[in-house]
Amino acid sequence: MMTEYVHQPRFMTGDEFSIDTFCLLNPEGELYQGASEPALERDHARRLYQAMLATRILDERMMAAQRQGRLSFYMQCTGEEAAVVGAAAALDDADMIMAQYREQGALMYRGFSIDEFMNQLFGNELDYGKGRQMPIHYGSRKLHYMTISSPLATQIPQATGYAYGQKLAGDGHCTLTFFGEGAASEGDFHAALNMASVHQVPVIFFCRNNGYAISTPSTEQFAADGIAPRAFGYHMHVIRVDGNDALAVFEATTQARKIAVEQNQPVLIEAMSYRLAAHSSSDDPSGYRSKDEEEVWRAKDPLLRLQKWLVKKGWWSDEEEASQQETLRREVLDTMKRAEKRSSPPLDSLISDVYADVTPALQRQLDQLKRHIRRYPDAYPKGAKSLDLDVDSANHSQGGA
Amino acid sequence: MPTMNMLQAINNALDIAMAEDDKVICFGEDVGVFGGVFRATSHLQEKYGKARCFNTPLVEQGIIGFANGLAAQGSVPVAEIQFADYIFPAFDQIVNETAKFRYRSGDLFNVGGLTIRTPYGGGIAGGLYHSQSPEAYFTHTPGLKVVVPRSPYQAKGLLLAAIRDPDPVLYLEPKRLYRAAVGDVPEEDYQLPIGEAEVIKEGSDITLVGWGAQMEVIGKAAELAEEQGIACEVIDLRTLLPWDADTVAESVFKTGRLIVSHEAPLTGGFAGEIAATIQERCFLYLESPISRVTGLDTPFPLVLEKEYLPDHLKIFEAIRESVNF
Repeated sequence: MMTEYVHQPRFMTGDEFSIDTFCLLNPEGELYQGASEPALERDHARRLYQAMLATRILDERMMAAQRQGRLSFYMQCTGEEAAVVGAAAALDDADMIMAQYREQGALMYRGFSIDEFMNQLFGNELDYGKGRQMPIHYGSRKLHYMTISSPLATQIPQATGYAYGQKLAGDGHCTLTFFGEGAASEGDFHAALNMASVHQVPVIFFCRNNGYAISTPSTEQFAADGIAPRAFGYHMHVIRVDGNDALAVFEATTQARKIAVEQNQPVLIEAMSYRLAAHSSSDDPSGYRSKDEEEVWRAKDPLLRLQKWLVKKGWWSDEEEASQQETLRREVLDTMKRAEKRSSPPLDSLISDVYADVTPALQRQLDQLKRHIRRYPDAYPKGAKSLDLDVDSANHSQGGA
Repeated sequence: MPTMNMLQAINNALDIAMAEDDKVICFGEDVGVFGGVFRATSHLQEKYGKARCFNTPLVEQGIIGFANGLAAQGSVPVAEIQFADYIFPAFDQIVNETAKFRYRSGDLFNVGGLTIRTPYGGGIAGGLYHSQSPEAYFTHTPGLKVVVPRSPYQAKGLLLAAIRDPDPVLYLEPKRLYRAAVGDVPEEDYQLPIGEAEVIKEGSDITLVGWGAQMEVIGKAAELAEEQGIACEVIDLRTLLPWDADTVAESVFKTGRLIVSHEAPLTGGFAGEIAATIQERCFLYLESPISRVTGLDTPFPLVLEKEYLPDHLKIFEAIRESVNF
């Protein structure tokens, strides 16, 4: 790029630029004046909304289950369903999604069943992750949803690399990676965006700016105007969108995908939203934010806004809403009961998948462990059960989470 | 059979791997048109194009993060970290991501295609930040394989095996030998086994174990000992994770004595792991304490590099002490 030579020093702060916020639906579910409706057909719109609703209900029930002690840990997507599901709905179902951890709505949209969610949450023998990760660390190869890992922002440069491979493969797919405004402070974020821009990679960086990283408000996370202006430093396409407006998120992501796939260029999307729930089941937001603040955002509920629009279109009804909620709640409870009762993964799964093949050294360690468990079966009920050893029935009640 | 130095052998292995499989992709800082600061990737961009051999921005965590994603997608990335001393910004990506990718997903996803190449070790007047041997940080990480070649022949065969291995491999190249080590290297494709040590000299009195550039030093010490009538058995571990304890134990059953040598500092070094395992396996066969000849517990020095390094004389002394215990 050409620079102009000047002879008086002039410092800039970035305030010379301002980034607007793209929105389509007002809180009443009506299009703003001058807004055009996205090309979203009835069935597609219903699929989008139903995934948002199913996510809300799964989250409510599972947080309650955690409070009852049935589950060790949980994280809700509540308040951010439009951002997450709206983005997923704009992708091809075979595009890769590399999420942070609060994006179960995207997986719900792709068709992960309640049973599949539940098996992971309870870490039972049907969990694809073989009970190795804490609840909410979902993954699905068939649904092109990369298994979650707890370290923040590591998925962002991986998305750049994955998308580079997609570009070389030439089958027209892209990768979308989700992360929070807090994770965007990690070095991995900057590495990922810079490399994506330099190497012209079809990747969409989707920032959920939900106001908080656990207790730290975004005002203590960065001094600039959010995450979006960082794109300028990498010469990257960027858009800020109302994250509680599912239609706006859908439209922004649809156009971002076109840029990514047709021009092989990365895009940054900053979706402005609010984490209505606690960070996780281990967090209590009353220590760092007010109920009044939460109420302001509760009034902007993304589900209500989309629901109103759908009803006005005649694509959804109050009756359907009521029956759908009822069906989902029952399904969640039934599947939870099933998942809780399933066995733990077998003892051998302790050492499988460390490498493609079990090493002799690891096999020796497992054999030694088995001898030990045979000697003290009561102390290791899950392992003993897997070895078919008699264990005091008293120990069984400790199983589960 | 052509003669090659270690860099030529590595370059030749990369060339073969890239010619054979379009999915093999080489990248890192200065790796593209320049061919890497040591020239290990010379001419690869010319031959295979910019999409498959390219420079990255100067960001190690980005290089490995990118490589992890690329490997998960099904490509076969060979990522270069310019010096092992600069691998630490990528530590999180290697330890928390590369190593755990398969395990945490229940084998839904893996980054087995990934090979990370990086030059390590001292003896080149590189001071603190161009000399380190960081292998022990990574041998403590289940899910990784750690491989170190000692010669051009070994370098080619082990690198081809690493690239094709179904698990991610950290491939540490002894940069002191890049040009110093020259030997016969077959032109054609061949692989050497990962996870298997090699007995490179048989002997009955004492076992000497090492890897990489240290094998040359150990060889010299063994010659000195030989002149004193001490027959050394010399073993190149070649793979540090998972390491071949059986071959070392077999040898110690015979000799009753063991010395392990590495350039990295003593405390927490990989020699400690070998010593602990071998005393467990061979306790009643040991004639003297297992000894470690290593770098000092200091950062890597510059002017006093020669004093710091575990050279052939220090190993020779350790042999004498062990035999005379």
